[in-house]
Amino acid sequence: MELPLISYVVFQNGVILGADTRATEGPIVADKNCEKIHYMAPNIYCCGAGTAADTEAVTDNISSQLKLHRYHTGRESRVVTALTLLKSHLFRYQGHVSAALVLGGVDVTGPHLHTIYPHGSTDTLPYATMGSGSLAAMAIFESEYREGLTREEGINLVTKAICSGIFNDLGSGSNVDVCVIEKGKKEYLRNHLTPNPRTYISSRGYTFSKKAEVLLTKITPLKELVDVIEVGGDAMEE
Amino acid sequence: MPKEHANWSPYDNNGGTCVAIAGADYCVIAADTRMSTGYSILTRDYSKICKLADKSFMASSGFQADVKALQKVLSSRHLIYQHQHNKQMSCPAMAQLLSNTLYYKRFFPYYAFNVLGGLDSEGKGCVFTYDAVGSYERVGYSAQGSGATLITPFLDNQLKSPSPLLLPAKDAVTPLSEAEAVDLVKTCFSSATERDIYTISKGMFGENSTGGKQKAQAAVAGDSVEIIILNANGVRRESEPLRRD
Repeated sequence: MELPLISYVVFQNGVILGADTRATEGPIVADKNCEKIHYMAPNIYCCGAGTAADTEAVTDNISSQLKLHRYHTGRESRVVTALTLLKSHLFRYQGHVSAALVLGGVDVTGPHLHTIYPHGSTDTLPYATMGSGSLAAMAIFESEYREGLTREEGINLVTKAICSGIFNDLGSGSNVDVCVIEKGKKEYLRNHLTPNPRTYISSRGYTFSKKAEVLLTKITPLKELVDVIEVGGDAMEE
Repeated sequence: MPKEHANWSPYDNNGGTCVAIAGADYCVIAADTRMSTGYSILTRDYSKICKLADKSFMASSGFQADVKALQKVLSSRHLIYQHQHNKQMSCPAMAQLLSNTLYYKRFFPYYAFNVLGGLDSEGKGCVFTYDAVGSYERVGYSAQGSGATLITPFLDNQLKSPSPLLLPAKDAVTPLSEAEAVDLVKTCFSSATERDIYTISKGMFGENSTGGKQKAQAAVAGDSVEIIILNANGVRRESEPLRRD
């Protein structure tokens, strides 16, 4: 199952993550409303494109390592820690773990946004996109991003970028999920926008009249068929 | 150095879905209006339905460049037919012509998956369904193209046609009324669009009926399903908007 579009923006003092909710298997939509913004730590989230199993497994695994690390250190996780763990894991698997990630969060050193490619290389950027809708979304960022966006402006920009992917890329579709992370607080806006409602529902309803005809009913208790015989311990030996 | 093999293909797949239903005194032919390639949309407003004669319409998915070439061949053949016979070709005659035209290119086929719908000489609805090289059959209903795998089982359930092997032969027309058939077609497309990324269609206008003589390729805007209805009164067009994602 492939997960297409994701994108992120850094604003004044936080990070905004966005994703569409379509998952595909070839030309078929496998899931119309999946979640692509994964939890890493209370202050860090991660959007994943690529193979669904890989993005889910890798984020769960690193999320677990981060939690153990927090218990060990007694400090809040840093985004670079998550970044290093993710890229080490992906590099070890030489690109066979198909996870293209956008990692975002706020820690003691401020807001951070990174992209991680399936082979383990990383970028640090003010705005980023990944997945099949990345070009459509980046077109919006490249034309409208500026420094010092407010929270509202940031959310609107990310939503617009995701919508660009939803409507112009066949691999992306359905709804917009948004996650806003700021110092000390976060807001996960599941289905922030639902621009693709069902178009036509027949007022007549449907009938599925054809039934399988019952030709014969016979109940055979299972115990009559099973014959349990006690045998000695060496019965299995030849 | 080993010879490099050509990895270029003359074909593309532009997606799209076509459906046709034959009734006792009507025929419904429908197709979505999105044309795409790979993960990109080329246009949301492309008619896949072509008027071949007064009472025969062809809906085609596959490679639209081949479809255009095929339509051009058929319309020129139909023009010659009109000059020679001073009448419009009947739908069953057009069906045979389409088959011959497809088979003529047996070893370099038109990459086109067609459904031909219309009215026969008695005014009964008829639907002919094809493969790319000209094998064809008269049926009560048919779906072709990227959404066919999703729509066909639904139509089988709702309109199950009698086996063509039955003796004496039974009529393959549906028991539905015209309005019910149009409703069913809209349902098919709105459902297929939910799950098939290559089916999306055009009309941003709601219902868009036009007179009998109207050209089939009249403009409708945006992703929607274009529906042509033929009956004794002539030709009617409708359009139903679909998801645009």
